[in-house]
Amino acid sequence: MTLKLRELSLKPDLFGNGHGLCAGCAESISVRQILSALENPPVVALATGCLEVSTTRFPDTTWKVPVIHSAFENSATTISGVEAAYKALVRKGRMEARPLTFVVFAGDGATYDIGFQWLSGALERGHKFIYICLNNEGYMNTGIQRSSATLLGAWTTTTPSGSVRPGKTQWHKDMTKIVAAHGIPYVAQAASHNWKDLMTKVRKAEQADGPAFINVLTPCDRGWRYEPDQTMEVSKLMVEAGLWPLYEVVNGKWKMTGARQKRRPVIDALLSQKRFSHITKNADDATIAAIQAKVDDEWDALQALCAMSAASE
Amino acid sequence: MTTTQKPSIKLPAPQAINGGEAVAFAMRQIDPEVVAAYPITPQTFIIEKFSEYAADGLVNSEYINVESEHAAMSACVGATAAGGRSQTATSGPGLALMYEMLWVASGMRLPIVMHLCSRSFSAPLNILCDHSDVMGMRESSWPMLIGASPQEAYDQAVVMPTIAEHKNVLLPVANVLDGFTVTHSVERVEVLPDKVVKEFAGEYEPDVWALQPGSTATFGTLDANDFYFEHKRQQVEAMKNSLEVVRTQLNAFAEISGRQMNLVEEYLLDDAEVALVVLGSSEGMVRAAIDKARADGIKVGMLRVRLFRPFPVADVRKALEGIGSVGVLDRAIAFGTPGNGLLQDIATCTRTMPNRPLLMDFVYGLGGRATPKQLFRQAIDQVLNMNETRVEPDEPAYLGLK
Repeated sequence: MTLKLRELSLKPDLFGNGHGLCAGCAESISVRQILSALENPPVVALATGCLEVSTTRFPDTTWKVPVIHSAFENSATTISGVEAAYKALVRKGRMEARPLTFVVFAGDGATYDIGFQWLSGALERGHKFIYICLNNEGYMNTGIQRSSATLLGAWTTTTPSGSVRPGKTQWHKDMTKIVAAHGIPYVAQAASHNWKDLMTKVRKAEQADGPAFINVLTPCDRGWRYEPDQTMEVSKLMVEAGLWPLYEVVNGKWKMTGARQKRRPVIDALLSQKRFSHITKNADDATIAAIQAKVDDEWDALQALCAMSAASE
Repeated sequence: MTTTQKPSIKLPAPQAINGGEAVAFAMRQIDPEVVAAYPITPQTFIIEKFSEYAADGLVNSEYINVESEHAAMSACVGATAAGGRSQTATSGPGLALMYEMLWVASGMRLPIVMHLCSRSFSAPLNILCDHSDVMGMRESSWPMLIGASPQEAYDQAVVMPTIAEHKNVLLPVANVLDGFTVTHSVERVEVLPDKVVKEFAGEYEPDVWALQPGSTATFGTLDANDFYFEHKRQQVEAMKNSLEVVRTQLNAFAEISGRQMNLVEEYLLDDAEVALVVLGSSEGMVRAAIDKARADGIKVGMLRVRLFRPFPVADVRKALEGIGSVGVLDRAIAFGTPGNGLLQDIATCTRTMPNRPLLMDFVYGLGGRATPKQLFRQAIDQVLNMNETRVEPDEPAYLGLK
């Protein structure tokens, strides 16, 4: 499955000009790439969030594809209804069958927290759709509050770094593994800076025989506290530090993707974002050590899963 | 592209079925593209029966076994925005869980049909009938019809999509049937032939739909302070329009079925001095109480409001003209308000009548408390007393309270 840049450059841009996303936001970049990677015309459901409010303000729309937003938590179920209506309309002979790809774009709050049940239900029922989690590790649309995707130690407006509590005190939920546990045919983690890896995964997700889920790290300069021109660099550092490993789970087989690299220490990524400045000002900070230890453990566990999958091939 | 010819069920009419099965029967005949539902007592007869139809290939519908009522309405929103007809069914707490989506469905102007099997709200947990859920959704811009029997549950179910999808309406609609007293009561139900229902209900033909080839429509936009107000004002017009559409469609249904339903149903009001106003299936016991009172020489009648939203103000005023005193039967409490739900409506629309009737409120039947005719006789006697003393009580009376 090769993506040819020449071919991609000829494709119409389905994410139009004019939106209200912040300068430096990774979401518009990744959404544009995801739509370009699709081979079929998409029908999109949006969860409430940055992307939705910045692209669908009446009477304007950024989208050149049909888009349905209904609420915050239920985009997986909204697309379930669309997919079901498609099947019935074709069965009734009220519409010609044609290749379509049903896509959800939802943030990490809409995916990890408030929409967890709706997503799980849709995955279990086996609707054919691609669920894209645009993960910026927090409720950025409402003003940078903590979600269960927010990293340990991070400053947010609801986990401020105070004299007693140093930012967020819990490890984040491993949503990708939880989704993989549903046994759906395609699950992956991707990141904004690696366009080729992301787009290849979208192609695979589109061809999956059932639900597909891609958790895309989309750094947020406002929430992570870095300069807008550093988005791709920060995304890359997060991956290289092992804080966001790129991998896929194809029909239960775990596999690392992207170039194999020597992992950097987590401090390299933490230093790039001022949301960690209260812990990175002291190189001996206990939270940094805790993050490194946990990342090491999770990395090893992930490698073990991949090795096990490779051995069973 | 193939059209599957489904075998038509040859069942002897009339049927001996309960209200839930009667609704499912109509749903099979209408064959909506999507049915999404989550089980809750006393709604389960509807979805179990419909699941059987789906399992036997008697419908083209996609039946989505969602994981909650919020998801049920969410799937209906997606399906109908996509261009499919969608239906769901729920009760009390299920309605409460989908509350957010009731407003999304109406705000997006999606003609979804919901069958609401009325049930109390928790806590305390109670699975039986009252109108807490009916009152809980009364301001969410859904036209609501409340039937009184399995026959009416069926008849209304046939009419509902034609109201919702009317170009002057485009709103979701609720077919209300009382939990247990209608959902679980087996009665003789006259059903129409499949072909007649299919012709009457037609198909959903939206102007804009997401699955329309070439569509670039955006549904469920963000409105700031520049357009939200205008969109809500348009909803007011749609609700207003729905009133005459309901009347027209009930009349059209009468032509094919011989069964006339009206926005309000009157019983012995012509010469009545006092009257009771009621919603739903309690009308049977109210009629029985009125018959007994009439035999005792009391000039009492009954008004049943079928179209609860939009409230048929003119029809109610006309029906209550010349009545001295009215007792309003509320099967839910509107805590902390100056009057319970139905009383508020009746008081608001009678306030400008010359020689308006005196009003008193009765709360009854909460959480499935029995509603024997003696209860309504008590109400009639109290209304008669008010008619003589000419003093309207500030507080409601609680009928059948221990």
